Amino acid sequence: MADDEDDIILSELNNEELVEQMHQDLYDGLKDEIEEGVNILLGRDWAPYKVLTEALVEGMRIVGIDFRDGILFVPEVLLAANAMKAGMAILRPLLIESGAPRQGRIVTGTVKGDIHDIGKNLVGMMMEGAGFEVIDLGINTDVDQFLAAIDEHKPDMLGMSALLTTTMPYMKVVIDTLKEKGIRDDMIVLVGGAPLNEDFAMAVGADAYCRDAAVAVETAKELMARKHNKLASA
Amino acid sequence: MTLAELLAERPVLLADGATGTNLFDMGLTSGDAPDMWNLEKPDNIRKLHQSFVDAGSDIILTNTFGSNARRLMLHKAEDQAYELNKAGAELAREIADAAGRPVVVAGSVGPTGDLFAPLGELTAEAAVDVFAVQMEGLKAGGADVAWIETMSASEEMQAAATAARNVGLPYVITASFDTAGRTMMGIKPSTFASEMMSGPEINDDERPTAVGGNCGVGASDTLLAILSMTEAEPNAVIVCKANAGIPVVKGEHVHYSGSPELMADYAGLAINAGARIIGGCCGTKPEHLMAMRAAIDAHIQGDRPSLDEIVAACGPLANPPTDKSDNPPPRKGRRRRA
Ligand code: B1M
Repeated sequence: MADDEDDIILSELNNEELVEQMHQDLYDGLKDEIEEGVNILLGRDWAPYKVLTEALVEGMRIVGIDFRDGILFVPEVLLAANAMKAGMAILRPLLIESGAPRQGRIVTGTVKGDIHDIGKNLVGMMMEGAGFEVIDLGINTDVDQFLAAIDEHKPDMLGMSALLTTTMPYMKVVIDTLKEKGIRDDMIVLVGGAPLNEDFAMAVGADAYCRDAAVAVETAKELMARKHNKLASA
Repeated sequence: MTLAELLAERPVLLADGATGTNLFDMGLTSGDAPDMWNLEKPDNIRKLHQSFVDAGSDIILTNTFGSNARRLMLHKAEDQAYELNKAGAELAREIADAAGRPVVVAGSVGPTGDLFAPLGELTAEAAVDVFAVQMEGLKAGGADVAWIETMSASEEMQAAATAARNVGLPYVITASFDTAGRTMMGIKPSTFASEMMSGPEINDDERPTAVGGNCGVGASDTLLAILSMTEAEPNAVIVCKANAGIPVVKGEHVHYSGSPELMADYAGLAINAGARIIGGCCGTKPEHLMAMRAAIDAHIQGDRPSLDEIVAACGPLANPPTDKSDNPPPRKGRRRRA
């Protein structure tokens, strides 16, 4: 690769060029460059939410497509996800401060026996960006950890992720336990992960299946609005 | 009898079927480690091995796929790695020795589930240690061979292979080609086979007994990978251990789409593709193995199958290869990765 390609000066690009370059840099997993780009856009008075959606989320969407198409593989996707995480670390406190309206609180986790977390983390970042408070329990989360977090944080929603056909049935274990304890209806339960489908979500007793992070945010907003309406009319 | 001796005697060997799928049928709970049953429910593990031997398997794999300290950490059982492997190998040994015919005990070694540095935290040295503890246990329990399977990362394969050599076990190594015809880390079947059978990382007298593909997505995808491996390394002993079709989620249940008839066709195609060790992975039950045994025993050697023949017999590719990664579309604004 020619050397001059490495000498792009981000601060000299206009907004449109800069956002496009950030998509490229995210694609290439360039963490420092992403941090720099985020700071430049913020310095140009972009709202944190706009930086998140237009620069980072859109960039990750492109990465996702090329992964699906067999152009990128896991190492590249992980580098891109790490670069996004670095950008998100700058934005997170600002998003909270800028009072993106507080939509509700969600406890998330990848279920027991499963260590996949790229998708769940993406969902978490998008949720935060959209004004939800996210309490993430990480990977390999068993029912006791979910219960303890629910007890401590009294969330509006529970979001579970599973990427393995062998671990997705554990979602039912969690939901059945919530039913046993009589607290299932205290919260909205969202589930997601590549092997799941709508049918499965209904069969295990979740409120909704979320195909991707954007759907997760939309579904969460919609179900929260419904919950509020129900409370108001009750 | 060692695996190499059995291979010298017979053109094609039948390995076994699914561990997880069959243990779930015996009541294993989702999220729990199957490996713990080596100590907690040994009779179920005996039953599993016996069902494969009865179906005609020449090779049975121990219930130790996840019995490495890194993976066991998920279940707070990392201190039990040696013990679980030894127990697992002893159970399979017991059934194999009572079979009345030679049955090889292959000590299953799956990936750690960790990413290697710099992507993740695991170093090559630490990984070699983790695998060595597992393989010491397998060896002490009577395993004939370390069966390293479902691999996707080159560093991890090399670490496991190094551990096998250090421990003094012959080894077999198979990878999972589930992402656009490659492993999820992007390794092509031909590259993998050549790295193992003729690459500079391994001395010629320390190469694996066999290499191949296992698990992945559907039987068709794995057969395609086998074709590219036998083409790249025509002299290697190649293992083909595909899933019984693809997982279908119906309501809250998952089942595999492949019938015993499909797996019998698959076995014949695998032989024609050049594989010498054939088995099943996820979804493969004793009834599938019985059909495969019959197909192998009755097989008349045919030509290398075309993709069309594979698809006609075993269904469409679940995740077809693309050459896009070799010829990526041009991009502007691309910079060197740090
Ligand atoms: C509110 O709640 C919500 C809402 C929406 C939610 C949600 C929760 N969760 C997800 N969503 C949704 O929104 C997200 C964003 O749009 C989406 O999330 P996704 O996660 O779907 O999408 C992500 C953005 C990108 N996708 C991913 O990140 C997954 C990609 C693939 C390649 C994958 C990866 C990366 C990894 N893996 Co694994 N891995 C595979 C995957 C194959 C594939 N092509 O999908 C899969 C899932 N893996 C598999 C396997 C088998 C394994 N993996 C393993 C390990 C790994 C890595 C560590 C190498 C790595 C994970 C790294 C990490 N930190 O997450 C092992 C698992 C260990 C364990 N106990 O969990 C291991 C078991 C390998 C082994 N043999 O040991 C397969 C599962 C097969 C099956 N039948 O279940 C697999 C399908 C590959 C294959 N064979 O084709 C939506 O699903």
